[in-house]
Amino acid sequence: MRILETEHLTREFGGVIAVNDVDFHVEKGLVTGLIGPNGAGKTTLFNQITGVDKPTSGRIIFDGRDITGLPAWKISRLGIARTFQNIRLYKELTVVENVMMGLHFKVGSDPFRHRFQQAVKSYIFASRENREVYRRAMEWLSFFEMEEHAQDFAGSLPYGKQRELEIARALAAEPKLLFLDEPAAGMNPSETAHLMQVVAKIRQLGVTVVLIEHDMKLVMNICDSITVLNFGVKIAEGTPNEIKHDKGVIEAYLGREEEDE
Amino acid sequence: MLNFFQLILIYAGIYALMAIGQNCITGYTGMLSLCHAGFFCIGSYATAIMCKTFGLSFWLSLPVAAIATGLVGLLIGIPTLRLKGDYLCIATLGLGEIIRNIATNVNPVGYNSIPRASLFGYQFASRNKLAFIVLIWVFVLIFYILFQQLAHSRIGRAMIAVREDEVAAQSNGINVTKYKISSFVLGAAMGGIAGCMQTAYTLTVQPGSYTFMVSVMVLCTVVLGGMGNGKAVILGAFIIQFISYLPQLTGLTNVIPAQAKQMIYGLLLVVMMLWRPQGILGRDRFRYGDPRTRREKIAAFFRREGRNAEGGAV
Ligand SMILES: Nc1ncnc2c1ncn2[C@@H]1O[C@H](COP(=O)(O)OP(=O)(O)O)[C@@H](O)[C@H]1O
Ligand SMILES: [Mg+2]
Repeated sequence: MRILETEHLTREFGGVIAVNDVDFHVEKGLVTGLIGPNGAGKTTLFNQITGVDKPTSGRIIFDGRDITGLPAWKISRLGIARTFQNIRLYKELTVVENVMMGLHFKVGSDPFRHRFQQAVKSYIFASRENREVYRRAMEWLSFFEMEEHAQDFAGSLPYGKQRELEIARALAAEPKLLFLDEPAAGMNPSETAHLMQVVAKIRQLGVTVVLIEHDMKLVMNICDSITVLNFGVKIAEGTPNEIKHDKGVIEAYLGREEEDE
Repeated sequence: MLNFFQLILIYAGIYALMAIGQNCITGYTGMLSLCHAGFFCIGSYATAIMCKTFGLSFWLSLPVAAIATGLVGLLIGIPTLRLKGDYLCIATLGLGEIIRNIATNVNPVGYNSIPRASLFGYQFASRNKLAFIVLIWVFVLIFYILFQQLAHSRIGRAMIAVREDEVAAQSNGINVTKYKISSFVLGAAMGGIAGCMQTAYTLTVQPGSYTFMVSVMVLCTVVLGGMGNGKAVILGAFIIQFISYLPQLTGLTNVIPAQAKQMIYGLLLVVMMLWRPQGILGRDRFRYGDPRTRREKIAAFFRREGRNAEGGAV
């Protein structure tokens, strides 16, 4: 079953077409990889789906519902969470406070109660609510084996831990679909290995994961399905094995190596 | 001398009320607004008009002033809050001046001999400063507690998230616009309440007292004390008022020109930015659940008591 589908999704920046008529889809419960050379439009595609940016044209269907053009905060509440390529933690806040932010609409937000009434309740019973949010945030930290860092400032964590904290914060919202933008970027091999375990654990929770990654070993290992973008266009999709032997993909990557390295 | 100390206490209180509002807007939500003089003006005028023209009591004018200012805040906030940083600062600066100009045009001479506030038959006369000091500082205490509660709630956390990173906040399901506007309206209302107190004290309202300089002083108060820190803001109000009355206190009114304090504020801002941009006391660190904080020690104590009472049940 498809949890997410984009139809003819396009995003232009001035003259640059960063995402060009892309039909991207994600199967429920699987780990999907999104790969492609730098500047292929992967982050832009994530931004359109998560509402951080609005598409020029095309549609995004999530869980059978058209979410095109909805504001980011509404999309997160529908069950899509994400991390950012250039880590966007609340660096001046503590680790546990960061995860507490991820719980913003999990505690103290009752959809059946009027917003104003809700706000008054959150205000009056703040300390009770805080305790509940804190408790749940600590549970997520223990899931990531980071309890001992709870009171450290997020900005003071080592790089790999920051990436994991951002995942923890996203996961605290209990999303149906989780987008990870280059989660292993800047990680050392042992951190990457730990990340792979984390993704496996997240998958066991029943969360569908989509990840952008350059580490081919990681991608081939943990993804059930891979989509390849190049110059904003989807050039291939399939199982890791199919992608490995796809002519177009090999060309795109070889071409890049000559330019880049 | 004592007289000046009493004046400092009164104006420190009025500025503390304004600074609590500015802190909500700038300290917690991170919006650089520079129009508290405008809100102060609306609060003062609303009180003057309510008390004098409509014969309302001070206690009824107070909520009217707060609501009127809040509504103007809403009106200003909806179009401007999408702007960021310097742009928001300039837009609000202009709007503050517009408010003052409108007030000047509505009534260029201002209002005089506004009826006094009274409480249980006691009349608050300007010459009895002590009574005003108590009245104003009771208000400061009340609003300090109310805004501390806000800062430590889910709402306050969302405001802080907006300040720290708007994009991340949105992705955490936080309706950034809603929190920006709410915070701006609450902050504006505080300016209105401060204006109401000022009117109750001086019993006159003149458009000349709501210049851009007031907005600068209020921002200074927050920056000096510490952005996003309730206590610091009150400390800042004291320091700013102390500087403001420095010529009178030292008896050097003839030597030190009145403009000197503006220079001192400017200098103070520059020095703070260079030396301690987070303010004297810095930001309030909540450290939820940190066993080292006093708050947690108290909470742990009560939890233990509760457990004992319930016979071991959690
Ligand atoms: N906000 C923006 N304004 C203008 N151009 C952009 C913007 N964001 C991305 N682009 C362009 O879109 C293309 C795709 O970028 P991006 O999605 O970041 O690639 P990837 O994540 O695959 O490396 C690039 O050419 C980039 O320069
Ligand atoms: Mg990218």
